[in-house]
Amino acid sequence: MFKVRVIPCLDVKDGRVVKGVNFVDLRDAGDPVEAAIAYDAAGADELCFLDITATHENRGTMLDVVRRTAEACFMPVTVGGGVRTIDDIKTLLRSGADKVSINSAAVSNREFVKQAAEKFGEQCIVVAIDAKRVKRGGGSDRWEIFTHGGRNSTGIDAIEYAQEVVSLGAGEILLTSMDRDGTRQGFDLPLTQAIADSVPVPVIASGGVGNLDHLVDGIREGHATAVLAASIFHFGEFTIRQAKEHMIRAGLPMRLDP
Amino acid sequence: MTVAIVDYGSGNLHSAAKAFERAARSMEEPQKVMVTRDPDAVFRADRIVLPGVGAFADCRRGLDAVDGMLEAMTEAVRVKARPFFGICVGMQLMATRGKEHVTTDGFNWIAGDVEKISPREENLKIPHMGWNTLDMLREHPVLERLPLGPKGLHAYFVHSFHLNASNDADVLARADYGGPVTAMVGKDTAIGTQFHPEKSQRFGLALISNFLKWKP
Repeated sequence: MFKVRVIPCLDVKDGRVVKGVNFVDLRDAGDPVEAAIAYDAAGADELCFLDITATHENRGTMLDVVRRTAEACFMPVTVGGGVRTIDDIKTLLRSGADKVSINSAAVSNREFVKQAAEKFGEQCIVVAIDAKRVKRGGGSDRWEIFTHGGRNSTGIDAIEYAQEVVSLGAGEILLTSMDRDGTRQGFDLPLTQAIADSVPVPVIASGGVGNLDHLVDGIREGHATAVLAASIFHFGEFTIRQAKEHMIRAGLPMRLDP
Repeated sequence: MTVAIVDYGSGNLHSAAKAFERAARSMEEPQKVMVTRDPDAVFRADRIVLPGVGAFADCRRGLDAVDGMLEAMTEAVRVKARPFFGICVGMQLMATRGKEHVTTDGFNWIAGDVEKISPREENLKIPHMGWNTLDMLREHPVLERLPLGPKGLHAYFVHSFHLNASNDADVLARADYGGPVTAMVGKDTAIGTQFHPEKSQRFGLALISNFLKWKP
């Protein structure tokens, strides 16, 4: 039976985990590779690295993180953040990433998604969508794409954009609600459902998880295929196993391999 | 003993190599894992691994671009009976034909075509991306001591096409994704998995170890 995925996401800056990971005894709580190994052992279904390194010069450190992770962890790894060129994708995949997630480069140049999918296959091209609810005078609210961590509005409708990038070859959508990110109030379920129901590819729900019920809601009500969370796992509030056991009790199919 | 991982530009080479190296380290009999684009090295190897991600036709083109590689692989497997392991598109290439975007010839080691999966339930997404259990159709040394079935271990899949084998006898295991999906094929000294053993954590490593021990 096909299972729902639980994906911890690590923000990495200059080769270090932002704020650290404290759910298990690590020699170095800031080393992304140690955190990856711990999540692998804990039964995470996939791992996501988001590189928030600001300068181009320090980007090489992420490749080293990916390479060392691939040597130690035999699980799927997605890497996002600053993926702008075909060469960026090539070096990440060659270093051991299984999927790359493209964010603002897809917003500014949709053709990039097509080129990437044609070159590397749709299965490894994830498009990350940061969406925010926008009040519309007269009409109903809608969600628009925002870039630069939710600061820059683009005026692009999130649903139309999702459909467009999928038609160009995105194999998966990583959907983050900028309204909910960091709030611990749960996913934006209407947004998640609207996107998940309008594209044929898997959607990963992200942004706002504060408890384990939120994970269940993302699948049940949001119609997502997978759920991504960061802080509830990193700071030891819940283990991956607890999350999955909770989701099983709610009736969802989960993987609990030893 | 040497294990040749065929390098023809496929993206998952590094991961595959690391997983085989890890599995090889725990073997009683030392095995040297090498990544190579040298047909002679592949021909001389004791075992051959063909990874592959992306589109069928692209992978076929990539392989054909390495002069003499397909001939070396074919002779090693078909004449010298060397164990062969195709992964994902590497497995699909073992089919008669691929029908992804365009029709492309495969190696024709396993009769059948590579076709788009079409899950019955509309809410099932394509690609089939994530973890699924396996139903064993036929016992095989590489599946020895691996708990399969609905309560068994999971394998990691990422694909939209699968090998629709003409003969059930060539199918070792299936997964269910709104209908049967070919998960693993095996014929003579060649096996192939649609899923990624190099990404399937302990289950994947155990499967690779079994392949390294396999003496057909």
